[in-house]
Amino acid sequence: MRRLLPALVLGVALSGNLQAAIDTYEFDNEADRQRYRTLVEELRCPKCQNQNIADSNAPIAMDLRAEIYRMLEEGRSNDEIIQHLVLRYGDFVRYKPPLDARTFLLWFGPAALLLGGMGALQVIVRRRRRIESSPVATELSPEERERLATLLDRKDP
Amino acid sequence: MKRLLLLLPLAIFLGVAVFLYAGLYRDPAELPSALIGKPFPAFSLPALDDPQRTITEADLKGKPALVNVWATWCPSCRFEHPVLNKLAEAGVNIHGVNYKDERAPARQWLSDLHNPYQLNIEDAKGTLGLDLGVYGAPETFFVDANGIIRHKYVGTIDEKLWREKLAPIYQQLLDEATP
Repeated sequence: MRRLLPALVLGVALSGNLQAAIDTYEFDNEADRQRYRTLVEELRCPKCQNQNIADSNAPIAMDLRAEIYRMLEEGRSNDEIIQHLVLRYGDFVRYKPPLDARTFLLWFGPAALLLGGMGALQVIVRRRRRIESSPVATELSPEERERLATLLDRKDP
Repeated sequence: MKRLLLLLPLAIFLGVAVFLYAGLYRDPAELPSALIGKPFPAFSLPALDDPQRTITEADLKGKPALVNVWATWCPSCRFEHPVLNKLAEAGVNIHGVNYKDERAPARQWLSDLHNPYQLNIEDAKGTLGLDLGVYGAPETFFVDANGIIRHKYVGTIDEKLWREKLAPIYQQLLDEATP
């Protein structure tokens, strides 16, 4: 523990440095800087899958960050910038895919599954409850008792 | 009805199994290109072998071509190069885009390893590469006689792949060009 703590502190300090090293762009105002951050975090690196272009060190991610910065400076809107990249790299570059017929399942599939599961659960619970609360005779009838006795008495062959 | 309902989990399981099984054989690194069916992006870049000369997208039109994006820093390009040489020898029309590279080593590469390209486009800053949606060399675009991108292959072309998958695509573009 005594060794772990300094290592942790050092690690955190270094990672802060690293983060600072990546962002060397200067923005005129805070709003643009925020937009830049959202965009690079929402767009996906085409080369290193499963990383956004903010996190990736791949040359292509650097190029895309430069391109986004250039377009921001030109005063283009977020939608225009995203469209610009989607036209070249396809919907793949978006971590937030557009809502259309192809992505319908992706957007609503999990919710539908959850609702379906809850529905099924409710049906099961209700059925159980009906069985429990229904006045089923818990006493055995004379025939049943007799059958039980024979079953219990029967020696296995 | 009840019996059918009992089969439902099995049906769902089979559906998921088929889906996952198919997923085993798909390469997640392969992205569908957004540019298929679209015209080759406009560009105006110097020729690698003659920086005075400017090449534009208009120079690609006329006959079907392969546009191969390569660089000297790309090891698979070196592996791919002899295959391109063979294809060029067999009469396949190939253009090269030297992507984010330096002029001297790129020229050296072409003189050492033979130049299979009809046009040598020098894309030092990667602007054309960006417009093409290039995310890693080598990438090869199939452009028809009208300058429309018809197919894209990301990765190294080898002879087997060319024979089985890519040659038919190129042949189709040739057939379209000569009615």
